[in-house]
Amino acid sequence: MLDLQGLRTRAAFFQAIRHFFVELGFLEVDTPIRQPALIPEAHIHPLFADSWFLQASPELCMKRLLACGCEHIFQVARCFRKDERGRLHLEEMTLLEWYRKDADYRDLMEDCERLVGALAMRMAEAGVAGVDEKGSLLVAGRTIDLSPPWTRLSVTEAFSRWSPMSLPQALAEDMFDEILVEHVEPHLGWDQPLFLMDYPVELASLARTKPGEPQVAERVELYLAGVEIANGFSELCDPVEQRIRFAREIELIVTSGRTAPAMPERFLEDLGRLDQAAGIALGLDRLLMLFLGADSVARVQSFSPDDF
Amino acid sequence: MYSTSDLRKGLKIEIDGEPYIIIEFEFSKPGKGQALYRCKMRNMITGNQFVKTYRSSDKFVKPALEERKMQYLYNQDDEYHFMDSENFEQIFVVRDQLGDNVNFMVDNMEVDVLFFQDRPIDVSLPNFVNLLVTQADPWVKGDTSGSDTKPITVETGYVLQVPPFVDQGDKIQIDTRTGAYVTRVKE
Repeated sequence: MLDLQGLRTRAAFFQAIRHFFVELGFLEVDTPIRQPALIPEAHIHPLFADSWFLQASPELCMKRLLACGCEHIFQVARCFRKDERGRLHLEEMTLLEWYRKDADYRDLMEDCERLVGALAMRMAEAGVAGVDEKGSLLVAGRTIDLSPPWTRLSVTEAFSRWSPMSLPQALAEDMFDEILVEHVEPHLGWDQPLFLMDYPVELASLARTKPGEPQVAERVELYLAGVEIANGFSELCDPVEQRIRFAREIELIVTSGRTAPAMPERFLEDLGRLDQAAGIALGLDRLLMLFLGADSVARVQSFSPDDF
Repeated sequence: MYSTSDLRKGLKIEIDGEPYIIIEFEFSKPGKGQALYRCKMRNMITGNQFVKTYRSSDKFVKPALEERKMQYLYNQDDEYHFMDSENFEQIFVVRDQLGDNVNFMVDNMEVDVLFFQDRPIDVSLPNFVNLLVTQADPWVKGDTSGSDTKPITVETGYVLQVPPFVDQGDKIQIDTRTGAYVTRVKE
């Protein structure tokens, strides 16, 4: 739970985000939190409200808005994911999502560099514990320089540096997540922020593949001080391919004993009207946690589950 | 059975027929990946520790643990005998299992004994116990040696440092978690 000073800083943080995107010509949108359809994702468990879903992200609606003519949009959205609770997880969290038409994941990485840098400067003015006067991030006794460009590292390269087994082997033995968490993530984003990019296509159901590399998807994750902050894609805009990828996710959901969600038909229909776009979700609770020098996302909320 | 959503620091689970307590717990979930539950666990009998990461499909057996209020009766060599305060059943625990607890146990003391599948595996003492000082050098008034503590022996044979004014025949309170002197008590 935040004190009055913390609430002021949180408010300044949100205002700085809106200021940043409005200055860039983005349109702020607010789509419904509760929806009858969802993006099928194998490892995201939805929460329900009277048989409709509480959104796990605003992705479905925002991509439909892009397909219907929007060009640059952003949203600060409350999102819900069942059974996620830990130092870096809350069942209810706040995501910032933004989308650019006619762009790819490289543009998103540049957006991140500018956005996080601008927010850090605003937080430095507010005198927070996790940012110094030059706008560098202070975490666990380390100083993380936020001046661009930031490190860009492929998943393949990261695995060859730190994993006890190669990426293909980790995938074949179904050990990708464990190795990523235990051996790779702790190294990421300590000298400066790091973009982990180019994921195996089976781990990026909504991302377009790289030209000429059908096994590699244009997905990127931003890491700061070992903490995953944002996840973005060059969006897959082919409804036929997207349907095949969703079917695979639905199959994984059924295999794990959960109820199969319906194929989001209206979404697929709209996707056919989209040529090229890129979008990214950034975890605002985690970023604010780092800025405030807090040890958990629960500490940077006005109310956390422990406060009731 | 417990599922992964029950896992937390302090939870006791059974692995390969032995009781473990989770001493560190971390939930993680890499973006778009599956939930992982990293547990550092301590074997409640041997004290051995290990780390394992579980997935949400994993299930855990609840160990048959029971805590009973008992009275410490006496020891005969390495066997320490206790009696259930409700049904007067008697059991004994060997010295190795008691560790430093033996320094603070006196006859008729009320303790909590933890049983796993009807076997006693741990004894918890009250946080503070009062023990009789059986050996102490007298405090010489005007002692200018400057030392502000001196060693004494209590009725269990345990030796500890106390302020110089504590005398043989006094009762003192000891914190059983640290083994340190707390205060002199009047009875």
